[in-house]
Amino acid sequence: MTAPHGFSVSRYAPERGPLAKLTARDSVLRRLDWPILLSSIALSLLGALLVWSATRGRTELNQGDPYYFLLRHLLNTGIGLVLMMGTVWLGHRTLRGAVPVLYGISIVLILAVLTPLGATINGAHAWIVIGGGFSLQPSEFVKITIILIMAVLLAARVDAGDQIHPDHGTVAKALLLAALPMGIVMLMPDLGSVMVMAVIVLGVLLASGASNRWVIGLIAAGITGAVLVAALGVLDEYQINRFAAFANPELDPAGVGYNTNQARIAIGSGGLYGAGLFNGHQTSGQFVPEQQTDFIFSVAGEELGFLGGGLIIVLLGVILWRACRIARETTELYGTIVAAGIIAWFAFQSFENIGMALGIMPVAGLPLPFVSYGGSSMFAVWVAIGLLQSIRVQRPMTA
Amino acid sequence: MSNIPETGRTPRVQVRLVVIQVLVFSLLLTLGGRLWYLQIRNGKEYTDEARSNHVQRVVQPAVRGSILDARGVPLADNETRLVVSASRTDLMKMKDDGKAVLTRLAGVLGMKPKDVMDKVRLCDSQTPQPCWNGSPYQPIPVTNKATTQQALRIRESSEDFPGITAEPTAVRRYPAPGKARTSQVLGYLSPVTDEEIQKAKDTDSPHLRSDQVGRSGLERTYDKQLRGKAGVTSYEVDKLGRVMDQTESDPGVPGSHVVTSIDARAQAVAEFELHAAMETVRKETDKITGRPYEADAGAVVVMESKTGRVVAMASQPDYDPNAWIGGISAKDYTRLTDKNSNYPLLNRAIQGQAPAGSVFKVVSASAAVRAGYPFNDRYNCSSSYSMGNRSFANFESKGHGPITLGDALKFSCNTVFYRLGHQEWQRDGGMKPKKDAHDWFYRTARDFGFGSETGVDLPNEVTGRIPDRQWKQSFWEANKDSWCKQGKKGGTYVEQIAYESCLEGNQLKAFDSINFAIGQGDVLITPVQLATAYAAISNGGTLYNPTIGKAVISPDGKRIQEIKPKAHGRLPVDAQTIRDLDKGLRSVVEPGGTAAWRFGGWPQDKIPMRAKTGTAQVYGKQTTSWFATYTDDYTIVMTISQGGTGSGASGPAVRNIYDALYGLDDEGNQDLKRALLPKPQQALPKIQADGTIEAPEIKPYDPASQLVDPNKKREGGQEPLAGPPPVWRD
Repeated sequence: MTAPHGFSVSRYAPERGPLAKLTARDSVLRRLDWPILLSSIALSLLGALLVWSATRGRTELNQGDPYYFLLRHLLNTGIGLVLMMGTVWLGHRTLRGAVPVLYGISIVLILAVLTPLGATINGAHAWIVIGGGFSLQPSEFVKITIILIMAVLLAARVDAGDQIHPDHGTVAKALLLAALPMGIVMLMPDLGSVMVMAVIVLGVLLASGASNRWVIGLIAAGITGAVLVAALGVLDEYQINRFAAFANPELDPAGVGYNTNQARIAIGSGGLYGAGLFNGHQTSGQFVPEQQTDFIFSVAGEELGFLGGGLIIVLLGVILWRACRIARETTELYGTIVAAGIIAWFAFQSFENIGMALGIMPVAGLPLPFVSYGGSSMFAVWVAIGLLQSIRVQRPMTA
Repeated sequence: MSNIPETGRTPRVQVRLVVIQVLVFSLLLTLGGRLWYLQIRNGKEYTDEARSNHVQRVVQPAVRGSILDARGVPLADNETRLVVSASRTDLMKMKDDGKAVLTRLAGVLGMKPKDVMDKVRLCDSQTPQPCWNGSPYQPIPVTNKATTQQALRIRESSEDFPGITAEPTAVRRYPAPGKARTSQVLGYLSPVTDEEIQKAKDTDSPHLRSDQVGRSGLERTYDKQLRGKAGVTSYEVDKLGRVMDQTESDPGVPGSHVVTSIDARAQAVAEFELHAAMETVRKETDKITGRPYEADAGAVVVMESKTGRVVAMASQPDYDPNAWIGGISAKDYTRLTDKNSNYPLLNRAIQGQAPAGSVFKVVSASAAVRAGYPFNDRYNCSSSYSMGNRSFANFESKGHGPITLGDALKFSCNTVFYRLGHQEWQRDGGMKPKKDAHDWFYRTARDFGFGSETGVDLPNEVTGRIPDRQWKQSFWEANKDSWCKQGKKGGTYVEQIAYESCLEGNQLKAFDSINFAIGQGDVLITPVQLATAYAAISNGGTLYNPTIGKAVISPDGKRIQEIKPKAHGRLPVDAQTIRDLDKGLRSVVEPGGTAAWRFGGWPQDKIPMRAKTGTAQVYGKQTTSWFATYTDDYTIVMTISQGGTGSGASGPAVRNIYDALYGLDDEGNQDLKRALLPKPQQALPKIQADGTIEAPEIKPYDPASQLVDPNKKREGGQEPLAGPPPVWRD
């Protein structure tokens, strides 16, 4: 009876019935990180309510069915849970062998976005419309494959015991492998995703134990790149506008600054307890655009108040805190790097998403993990949770 | 198994993992802190902003109150008209700034496209009228005279007229009952400006963008009461403006009516008679200049003697106040404000000032009494008065010998007052004035209310001028530079005057005081000041603030706020002197008096008339006619600029007004049925709870009705004088 991931603890245990197996001290279920799982489920369900509130009156979006987005979000959450379980079942080590293939597939998918198969939504040509109302945002999956391919490369010789830290050549190769999809995503242009990927690369590099020079160099390169991009006019006008509006929302309250201003008004008017679900005037009046995705946090802020908004931050905090523990406690550098990449991803994306709703970050079209409506993002974050769970399940027993 | 991993966790990685964890949690803390800041600390501010965000205010403008005459006849009210308006905001969104739409609109309305575009352009310092000086966000009225067909055409093909609306709207109207225009007294409205909105924002009567504001006259003085408060209904709307809920409704307060003491009939008579008198003298030749009289301006004030209430106030030239309704046309605006317009917007009764001439002699007589000259002593009315090498003559150089001050008023004897003025000037120290100089003549003039506002309830009243020592000094300081530049010894008259003024223009000279004693020189008075002063003589000495507003009544007639007569002073002489003055003024219309020839047949025993004529000389112009009169009930003052003499130009007109008020014919027979107002109107008009106002019908003034023989030519002007009365000029 060996689990497909090839790391069996049951080998030393006597045969047990299926229920006993699930409840045993050493069972996969018992070894799962339940705080992470429960927080993720709680965030997803909270997200379902908020998405419902944000969309039930938007007849132009929900085709007259007020439950459309609620059900879709719940369905996405269910698919996400299955993906997580599949990932745990396969195990991150098994996946380690398939990483180059997955990486290749994700590169093909984002390239496909640039072909006529791709579709433009909100200025970013980042989507593949599958049909039947479904569309795919491959850049969400690229975030995972970048983490995995870098982890595979950077951890290979360290985990084999050949090196204490990855050497310069390996780091360079890993950076090149990350730069390829980032470049493609930049062409879409999906600047928000590129920013997330850059932060992921930084997290991965930090956790890999790569030389400080690489870390500092990367940060410097990031800043230089940002300055160059701005100076050379690579950015489209809408992207510069978004930034200008963040810096000064009163600049053009009816145009560029409108979104952030309205989101801020929505959140600010929530107070301690909020207006109550479905009672937010800003939300039901549809004053905040993209409210079920980019600005979902404004619904929480307005209708659930400081308590609701705070709960979302706390739940994200629980996930990140447990993920940090998983990163620290795993024996392999591979697991540590993967966990650190996921931490960087979740942390930055959450900070950016909530931060822009609160008016302290520029507007970038990034979803709030678990909470925002959107299949691709939901699937990607649940796969990431699966990876974290797998790293934890396969770590040595601590007691 | 051990808790310590064997591989992959070098201290470097370990430290960096801690760094990552710290970074992550500081990010989350930042979010939490910011959330607290927005929701808890600044929550209120954002709640308010959210409310204003989704609340749409629909404004129902308050109907402006009417301005009524003493008996309830509307002088200003509202009518419903079809108003076609253009929204600039919508027009500016179009590629051609709405030119095509406005041109199409002009076609429907039968106007020139340019006229339509002029009306919707915004006013600035370079843009001449017509232009819109209201808020650019408010629909701008293009016309308020649209026909039903035009409105229907615009509404039915609304896709051809984006941004254009045609709505029935309450529009101000000045009906001029019985032809009483009352133009300058009523004033006019124009759209509120952004500045005014800002200014009134935090007061108890804030402005709406669509408000019209009183710009002059009663419309301005009583603007707050007339305007009322617009009703505001707040609707909760979503982003697209779809109404979700009605949150609150403030029904607003309709504007109150202002009842005035104006009697529309008397007003019509006053306007007609003033105009007629000016027309008459324009046909006559001024013997001094040899030209016909210009009669370029005139004013008449009819006041209740015992209260200061204004029964009629007319100013010439006047205008049709309806010209302002719905935005004034370029032609009309030029006609009203142009250099050649002679400024009909000015209310000469309160804004026209001229030297007083002999109507000032009541002041001089009072000053003499205050200075210790008994009223009934005899003063030499010589034919001329000499001072140094200068000689000041009585008009026509006629002397009357020693006479009382009362007779000096009757004959309008200049030399009596020359002498008194000169003596007082000397007693005050002459060219070396004493420190405690009495300046009785100047002080008395001020005490009679000259040189300062009377407090009439109309805006922009002027003060006139009393040229006392302080004024001389400050006037000299302000002008000496230009005088000294222009002045030339032994040059032309003007140059010589400038030369002398440059040297010693700051000194009050004997010449000044002699001139001042007969109301000449630099003294300037307004008709309303004169009326106030003569009314005070009539009522025993109280200087009332002239008032036109009598009461403010709510549209349902329930709340009545009376405007009580208010006094601002008393004449500076005792009751006996007032009686003496009264007797003197009475003798002016009696045989031998300067106005007697105008009051032939007047029932002096029944309705005692007092009067004083005045003919003021103005340098470079024809003389100004002044006529100040009063009975126990009314004080009437009339003036005609460049109109000739007091009794000559204004006499018949003033008498005709009295005849109309008391129901007299030209031979002095009274018919109370014809009398417009034998006693001042006391009761306020009744306003029913449903808003209807009981007002009598008004018949236009028929001047011939006062003639015993309808075939007789209306008397007037100076022409019919076969031989002038003994002293017809003062």
